[in-house]
Amino acid sequence: MPERELTVGVGAGGLATADMVLNIGPQHPATHGVLRLRITLDGERIKAAEPIVGYMHRGAEKLFEVRDYRQILVLANRHDWLSAFSSEIGAALIVERMLGMDVPERATWVRTLLAELNRVLNHLMFLGSYPLELGAITPIFYAFREREELQAVMEEVAGGRMHYMFGRIGGLRDDLPMGWTGRVREAIDAVRRRLPDLENMLVGNEILQARTRGVGILDPKTIAAYGVSGPIARASGVDVDLRRDQPYLAYDELFAPGGPGRVVTREAGDCLARLEVLLEQVHVSLELAQACLERIESLGPGPVNVKLPKVLKVPEGADYLATENPLGFNGYYLVSRGDKTPWRLKLRSASFNNVQVLSTLLPGTLLADMVAILGSMFFVVGDVDK
Amino acid sequence: MAGDIVEIVLRAVCVLAAFLVLPLLVGQTEHKVMAHMQGRLGPMEAGGFHGWAQLVADGIKFSQKEDIVPLAADKRVFRIAPALGIVSYLFALAVIPLGPHTVGADVPGSLVWVLAVGGIGTVGTLMAGWGSGNKYSLLGGLRTAAQLVSYELPLILACASFAIAAGSLSLVGIAHAWTPWWLLWQLPGALVFLVAATAELQRPPFDMPVADSELVMGPYTEYTGLRFALFLLAEYAGIVVMSLLLGVLYLGGWTGPFDHQIGWLWTLLKGAIFAVLIIWIRVAWPRLREDQLQRVAWLGLVPLALLQLAITAIGVVVTSR
Amino acid sequence: MTKFLSGLAKGMATTARTMTTHAHTQQYPHVKPELPSRSRGVIALLEENCTSCMLCARECPDWCIYIDSHKETTPPTTEGGRARQHNVLDRFAIDFSLCMYCGICIEVCPFDALFWSPEFEYSTTDIRDLLQEKETLGQWMPTVPAPEPLVPELPQTEAQQLVVDVEPEDDPAAGRTTKRGAGEVPRPGTEEQP
Repeated sequence: MPERELTVGVGAGGLATADMVLNIGPQHPATHGVLRLRITLDGERIKAAEPIVGYMHRGAEKLFEVRDYRQILVLANRHDWLSAFSSEIGAALIVERMLGMDVPERATWVRTLLAELNRVLNHLMFLGSYPLELGAITPIFYAFREREELQAVMEEVAGGRMHYMFGRIGGLRDDLPMGWTGRVREAIDAVRRRLPDLENMLVGNEILQARTRGVGILDPKTIAAYGVSGPIARASGVDVDLRRDQPYLAYDELFAPGGPGRVVTREAGDCLARLEVLLEQVHVSLELAQACLERIESLGPGPVNVKLPKVLKVPEGADYLATENPLGFNGYYLVSRGDKTPWRLKLRSASFNNVQVLSTLLPGTLLADMVAILGSMFFVVGDVDK
Repeated sequence: MAGDIVEIVLRAVCVLAAFLVLPLLVGQTEHKVMAHMQGRLGPMEAGGFHGWAQLVADGIKFSQKEDIVPLAADKRVFRIAPALGIVSYLFALAVIPLGPHTVGADVPGSLVWVLAVGGIGTVGTLMAGWGSGNKYSLLGGLRTAAQLVSYELPLILACASFAIAAGSLSLVGIAHAWTPWWLLWQLPGALVFLVAATAELQRPPFDMPVADSELVMGPYTEYTGLRFALFLLAEYAGIVVMSLLLGVLYLGGWTGPFDHQIGWLWTLLKGAIFAVLIIWIRVAWPRLREDQLQRVAWLGLVPLALLQLAITAIGVVVTSR
Repeated sequence: MTKFLSGLAKGMATTARTMTTHAHTQQYPHVKPELPSRSRGVIALLEENCTSCMLCARECPDWCIYIDSHKETTPPTTEGGRARQHNVLDRFAIDFSLCMYCGICIEVCPFDALFWSPEFEYSTTDIRDLLQEKETLGQWMPTVPAPEPLVPELPQTEAQQLVVDVEPEDDPAAGRTTKRGAGEVPRPGTEEQP
């Protein structure tokens, strides 16, 4: 949409205007959480924008330092409450790598399956909430209907609906319940069958396109400068996906040539491209989940965890491991001095970096575009503030 | 003389009753239609049977709330604004005919009257936006004003087309002059009317003045309790007025089988079609941006309405030969 | 023009079609949800099994379990026998306003005194009322679901071998081992669970 400039002149000096500072948040319907944006407005045009974070800072990194490795998982799945499983697996993986621990194959495949289902759950949430911010009230109900389908199988296996607490150092908490894989298959089929409903509300909708096409264009240089990752980076043509580039869990096999895994990218870098990436990633993740299911069934029964010593101590050293969380890179830098608690566990969360880019993205846009751009950055405030 | 006064009071009471009942019906329809379109049930508890009393319960809740006037508000403007919003639609409803004789006040130029008072409601919203002493309210109020300016014109042009086609400025006269081939002849005008009415009512996809994700609640941000309820009532009363008006102008009001006995029912049904359409649009579509809305108005609706005027004029000239 | 309207028409058609299908709403509280047996709703306490060993209280990531106990001495039952000391539980409370529902306390309990129950209707109007004492925690025991059936084709692990050793008269399909994970040693006293 080309910008049109309108200059109104009254008298000799033109119309005298004053800028207005508008605080979006920390309590505001568009920020879904407590992100605060301080915006300087000239009429409806944004002159400056500053994201102010930290209203929900819970000191996760400091809390990690006084928890043993089993307890850390409880906290690790909470900063990004929409990617709980992916985050807790990341924490488990770094500890396992430093311990040199081998995880049973069955556990690895189940972990991969749950991580992909978690990705679908996360993306469906944003596919519902983003149109809501653009004023479309129906997609969120369709998205939640599908989420409920997957939540049911997640709850059946893990007992929780958001904070799964199913991963353990060395594997998983329990084996799968009887007949669970069949129910997952049914759930995936049901979601696939009804996903067109959600897509009909979004794909090709002229109003949605008018609001998102060409709005909030992110270029690869800015992405590199701010460390933006995940679907947002890929929507600008940055072809990075840790599942393929630094495979963990069972992804090296899934993303091998001929495998079901593929990295979804777009070139436009605008809000529409970001939404499209999300939508297509749902399809890819469902395919990956299906492949995991087949693999789990063909593997047959087996152990899903290893016996841990009573006191788990990670050998002295430091290591960094990042996973491709639904919203982007989620990294853990673990420094151990041989104690049963980490000496330092740095958390690199995706949303924190993704939100910072707003200060360069927003100036020059309209207030209504602010909502479109903010929503398309797909962040979780807990993940920003940690 | 005394009989006249009794009649006037009776008519006024009837209009008031319709004004209080019809918007609630539309509101309840919206609750239910929207819910089922989204795979939900909507209100099910209040009143027992499918939540029929939900809006009554809402009204009771609103009346119990504290009446807050912000310290920074322009207090008199803030207090009067809801009244202005609601009274305009009450006046408009008074002249809309349900049947050839079923009308609150049969005035000769009722179409002009409806358009004139209908625009006042928006002023109430503007006053609310200005008087609240809140930045969000102000932005919302200014958006309302911009919307009023751009949508009043196509609305009036569309109405003018109907008036020319009928050769009358009275709603009763227009409905009398209606023939089925208006359905085709006046279709562009009806579309313009529908879009412009939706915009003037600030209903999605043209609800940017109250866009909750941008402006919290726009001009109504600072309102609570009964004053807020009045704005809500005004919104639904607006849907009633605009739907009935379009039903009378474009679908011929009471014209239909057995219209001597149930003509009023036909008018209500035809109005209901448009009310459901307005609700349906809200469920199905996202919201436009303010500048895109202006573009739709000036580049789309105004030329279309002018085209309709030309078509109508040609049609009238040809058929009156 | 037709292309311009197709996306909007698709939205209208989809919503209209959804209106003709059944709603997905579950009418809670008229219809209670069916929760899987692993649901982490509330933690129930089987008081008889608790030895006040404090493991759960120490392992809790946010220290929301409060345990008070005192020692009692049982006089020797036989002539010349030794007096036995044992812990008596005075207080066992879980503050559900702090609890993060991670389940670590249940996993670390060596005597199977704590269980997950899918029960979830215990909200209060005051946050202080979420501190639940052992009487309330005990009342949830009847809502604890029966152990899950064993996955039939699971090969006998060391853990299951132990089940058979400890409780030879017990049903060999006793499922608590799977619920606990195959790698963990099952505890005696499993059968006391209702």
